[in-house]
Amino acid sequence: MCLALPAEVVALAEAGDMATVALAGVRKEISVALLEEVAIGDFVLVHVGYALHKVSPEEAERTLQLMEEAGVLEEQLEEIGA
Amino acid sequence: MKYIDEYRRQDLAKGLAGRIRREAQETRRYHIMEFCGGHTHAIFRYGVQDLMPENVKFVHGPGCPVCVLPIGRIDGAMELAHKHDAILCTYGDMMRVPASKRKSLLKAKAEGADIRMVYSTQDALKIARDNQEREVVFFAIGFETTTPPTAVAIKQAQAEGLENFSVYCNHVLTPAAITHVLESPEVRELGTVAIDAFLGPSHVSSVIGSQPYEFFAEEFQRPVVIAGFEPLDVMQATLMAIRQLNEGRHEVENEYHRVVTRKGNTKAQALVAEVFELRRSFEWRGLGEVPYSALKLKEPFAAFDAERKFTLENRSVRDVKSCECPAILRGAKKPTDCKLFGKACTPDNPMGSCMVSSEGACAAYWTYRRFVEPATANAREEAVA
Ligand code: SF4
Repeated sequence: MCLALPAEVVALAEAGDMATVALAGVRKEISVALLEEVAIGDFVLVHVGYALHKVSPEEAERTLQLMEEAGVLEEQLEEIGA
Repeated sequence: MKYIDEYRRQDLAKGLAGRIRREAQETRRYHIMEFCGGHTHAIFRYGVQDLMPENVKFVHGPGCPVCVLPIGRIDGAMELAHKHDAILCTYGDMMRVPASKRKSLLKAKAEGADIRMVYSTQDALKIARDNQEREVVFFAIGFETTTPPTAVAIKQAQAEGLENFSVYCNHVLTPAAITHVLESPEVRELGTVAIDAFLGPSHVSSVIGSQPYEFFAEEFQRPVVIAGFEPLDVMQATLMAIRQLNEGRHEVENEYHRVVTRKGNTKAQALVAEVFELRRSFEWRGLGEVPYSALKLKEPFAAFDAERKFTLENRSVRDVKSCECPAILRGAKKPTDCKLFGKACTPDNPMGSCMVSSEGACAAYWTYRRFVEPATANAREEAVA
């Protein structure tokens, strides 16, 4: 449960600090309450349903690719109930 | 494209391994504790240990949140579901951890307790909103990465007046645990556990920053290098630790500056400080009572504190006899030192917490077959095939 997945913010909810992220073609509602500010197109590290940090698109790409190669991505997607 | 990248990475890994070999001095010892279960997992998954020279060893630390929770606290969670008839919401990792009499939350659920797996504290809030006539308790576990999400949920519950929601708080603190490991007699006097440097956790540090490690790098004169989760990160950070040791330095360095800053996520820290305060002491599996190592809810949030709302029996329960998890969590033993390893105890039938979580040392040893000796690459491949 220590892993965090990088994902792209594709929509922001009007209220409640919620956002939709896209990840390997899957969409998921997460909370962005822990970030100072967040915009559509930002990449964030998602952990237990919360964005913990922003990351650069390159970092996100790099991490996702490695996770995919190692077969971790699939396990993680399962965990988030995608 | 993919292959080129893979090749480049393998090349980089080889290059880094070569550097580590060249720079690690034969006459010295480099025992590096990776605190975090995420690193333990990466080290095993990618076979990083096998790329290291003889005198560079990883010592697995207590940074697996599922592994360090004492049995009494899991019993407490079951009591909430059974005796107080609450809906217990828990992260999936906790479901299979054996508690007293080898009962787990999964078994309790099978026996009719209302235990629900959630991915996020937001899911737990939703369950509370949808079941206003029932008590809903969130079984909060984890280090500094899961604590802010719990704080957010508590504040939200307060704002919404969600009176049937409460939190059974078991959040623990990384710096306190590292300090405790360094102060243990096994490290200080007996010398049975050798720790020359630390790899600091990635995501925990993205929240708390690198600053909290400065005190004990100085006080205990051990280098701390914060490392990302990728195998290359772990190797790069190991090289940085080796260099510090060679040069007689003991500083906090940050290999993971892509994400970790000195100050960390200040918004998350402020939320945690608003909702939680330190417990004077908290029991850890393997480490025993550790002073100021865990959090509880502050007075203004007492209404959302399951431990105040329900009276729970406070018990200290012994681990399964001959399960070596406690010693493994202190770095004093290896999973293969346990008589039950791979025999009575496997991931399908775990006897101890270290075999349940994929971040636990026993599960990592078992899954990636790193226990097969001799660990030469060829022999290992044959053994695995
Ligand atoms: S192998 Fe099983 S019984 Fe032995 S220490 Fe690990 S978890 Fe405990």
